[in-house]
Amino acid sequence: MENFTPWSSLLGGALLGCSAVILLLFAGKVAGISGIFSGILQPRKNDLLWRLLFIGGMVLSFFIFSPELTSPVSISGASSLYIIAGLLVGLGTRLGNGCTSGHGIIGIARISTRSILATCLFISTAMIVVLLK
Amino acid sequence: MLKLFSAFLSGVLFGTGMIISEMINPDKVIGFLDITRQWDPSLAFVILGALLVFASCYHFLIKQRNYSLSGDKITWSNQTKVDRQLIIGAILFGLGWGLVGLCPGPALTTIGSGSLPLLYFITSMSIGMLLADKVFKKNHSI
Repeated sequence: MENFTPWSSLLGGALLGCSAVILLLFAGKVAGISGIFSGILQPRKNDLLWRLLFIGGMVLSFFIFSPELTSPVSISGASSLYIIAGLLVGLGTRLGNGCTSGHGIIGIARISTRSILATCLFISTAMIVVLLK
Repeated sequence: MLKLFSAFLSGVLFGTGMIISEMINPDKVIGFLDITRQWDPSLAFVILGALLVFASCYHFLIKQRNYSLSGDKITWSNQTKVDRQLIIGAILFGLGWGLVGLCPGPALTTIGSGSLPLLYFITSMSIGMLLADKVFKKNHSI
């Protein structure tokens, strides 16, 4: 477990929690990224600007806190793999009504059976994929 | 105004949280998913940290409210039952997540890196979302 970073993980996670509290308490919206983003793809009246600002804030944070912009993260591999993975993630998060944030954080905190089951399913499925890869 | 400002602030905090916890790095995520080699439990600690903050604030501050401080109604998913769509969706998401170690939050946060595979991922994710909502989904509510 030499790569394990418990403190920065807890701190980063706490920020995700703060973010979700602020969005829900002040704006009444659930901080589920797949849900927020998919609403931009199919905009409804008076329901677009807050979504753009949220995603815009996320994108901006990368420029503020990630100084080495040339290759900050290791995203490499066959393009076809990313196309297939993206399609699966898009289909899956909308059919399942949530991703890591909506189900894994907010749903679990609310002790939602749907979210607990979904989180167990997508984590175990992803683990099997990594195992077989 | 309050609603829009809080959405922006919340987005900045969300991105920052993923950067600090290194969840924007697919290798870090794969390190958690790969239980057979050198397992890295970091991702579980990210969820734990988020739950400690969100669950306590939710149960003490938010649960009893119907309206947010900006006056907007607090909107929850209207679905409560486990159905086939949820199970199929979670499995498909898990397949894609495991293939490259990217989920929607980290992918969108790092869009500014200009990485080409990432742009392919986000484009096909958008197509997948539209397909699911417009074609496959019986219930059209978000």
